[in-house]
Amino acid sequence: MSTTWAIAWREFRSYFVSPIGYVVLALFLLLTGYFYYSSLIEFVNRSLLFDQQAGMMSGDAPKMNINEWVIRPFFFNLSVITLFLVPMITMRLLCEEKKTGTIELLMTSPVTELQVTLGKFLAGFGLYGVMLLGTLPAMVISFVYSRPDLGPILTGYLGLILIAAACLALGTLVSSLTENQIVAGFASFALLLLLWLVHWAEDLTPGPTGSVLSYLSVVRHFEDMSKGVLDTRDVIFYLSLIVCGLFATMRALESGRWRS
Amino acid sequence: MIEVTHLTKAYGPTTAIGDLSFTAQRGEVLGFLGPNGAGKTTTMRILTGFLPPTSGTARVAGFDVVEDSLAVRRRIGYLPENVPLYPEMTVEGYLSYVAALKRLPRARRRQRSEEVVKQCGLEGVERTIVKKLSKGFRQRVGLAQALLHDPEVLIFDEPTVGLDPRQIIEVRQLIRSLAGTHTIVLSTHILPEVEQVCDRVVILSRGRVIAEDTPESLSQRLRGATSIRLRLRGANEADLEALRSVPGVRGLRVSGQRDGVVLVEVEGEPSAEIAEPLARAAVERGLGLRELAPYGMSLEDVFLQLTTGEEDGRGA
Repeated sequence: MSTTWAIAWREFRSYFVSPIGYVVLALFLLLTGYFYYSSLIEFVNRSLLFDQQAGMMSGDAPKMNINEWVIRPFFFNLSVITLFLVPMITMRLLCEEKKTGTIELLMTSPVTELQVTLGKFLAGFGLYGVMLLGTLPAMVISFVYSRPDLGPILTGYLGLILIAAACLALGTLVSSLTENQIVAGFASFALLLLLWLVHWAEDLTPGPTGSVLSYLSVVRHFEDMSKGVLDTRDVIFYLSLIVCGLFATMRALESGRWRS
Repeated sequence: MIEVTHLTKAYGPTTAIGDLSFTAQRGEVLGFLGPNGAGKTTTMRILTGFLPPTSGTARVAGFDVVEDSLAVRRRIGYLPENVPLYPEMTVEGYLSYVAALKRLPRARRRQRSEEVVKQCGLEGVERTIVKKLSKGFRQRVGLAQALLHDPEVLIFDEPTVGLDPRQIIEVRQLIRSLAGTHTIVLSTHILPEVEQVCDRVVILSRGRVIAEDTPESLSQRLRGATSIRLRLRGANEADLEALRSVPGVRGLRVSGQRDGVVLVEVEGEPSAEIAEPLARAAVERGLGLRELAPYGMSLEDVFLQLTTGEEDGRGA
């Protein structure tokens, strides 16, 4: 386990000696800040409008729900940004080692492929965790000026973590297959986008094929969670993606040692 | 300690190494000598479990490199041709990372790290980031990395490449000092290195072993005869014929001529003493004897003869 941590910690730190860590973090915060701000302003304006209308008609203003108007769209936007940023996080993980030759050190050390895979995955996951921490001020603002429900916020974060972990696992897999970072980045982006939009196939191919494809959609399983509904089916879907991605990465690393 | 039998590695249709067999005893320094592309790196990568062989077996410390890869990897220190460094890390940080990878017990990490820093002459640069180090220092960090967990078997792929002459001598001394307690396999294309450092040498060419012996007997075997170089003033064809008829002389050839001074290379029968009779004959015929020097065939000549002979298809 300590070996896994050593690999993860070295990789995590290397994000912050290259521009990647800072660029990804800064852009993520810029985008999330903008999304939060715009939906919050929209929410405030509408509330004022309803209040004025209610005042003129001397009735009660309709209740506006911050969860529904601000927080749920915010989580949804976060999930989309995650899709775009994960390839940037994962593209270097194993590519870089292959390109610079340090993979030779890693693979000739008494380290198992599982430890390498987990270490790399955890490093990317750690960076995503730091990114998510950057969204907490938005939640603090919501709680200071309003009374949102805590439940959907917690399930929303859980959903984001699961989505990100699944995407990171797949990105790590792609990174293990090539030594070119651009190829790794774009290929993982394409793969993730396909998994994101695969539910469109439901309308095109009705019947069992369509529903299977729809089930594979990464974003479908997030919808309930962003509303505060925690369904074990969704959790299991993400966990199985994570396990599949990491297992395939492990096998890809191992395959270098297989007799040809 | 290392047993390689009928090892073959093919990349598609091209054979990198074919039917390679050799052994290295405990405590021995074994040198791989060969031109670029001879299969030195491929062989080392197989020994370290980085690449699988296509067929044949390799055992390190009694463990098969394919079946017991992890056990082999625990017992080897490997310096690849491209030193595996992370440019953004400090030497200290890098060594502590490698210590974790090599499963060095936490309590011993600091002590071992200090030891290898001293051994490899890295004092004073522990806190420097690798990117800022010169090629020579990087090479030494690579060596330090290989020695860190004090493995029984050390595998060095061109350990002195990129070093300046003084550093080369230091690294060779370091390798010699490790011999005896460690089994070392190193590759090189620098011939004096083999003569100075290795107990035994395996000459590879095109993925095959074309000679395996001690450096001394290798050059002796090919030298076979003693050779003498003469510089003679005023020698004509008749004089050369006379020298050729000196007992013990097997052959004679003129290799150069300048200002009336002829450079002659004389090859004698094995173990025949020809220097004195030659000098006497030259003086008797009234030739100006400017120089008389024995010259042995260096390992370099042996190497060239072996590897080029192979390419001509004649073998050696």
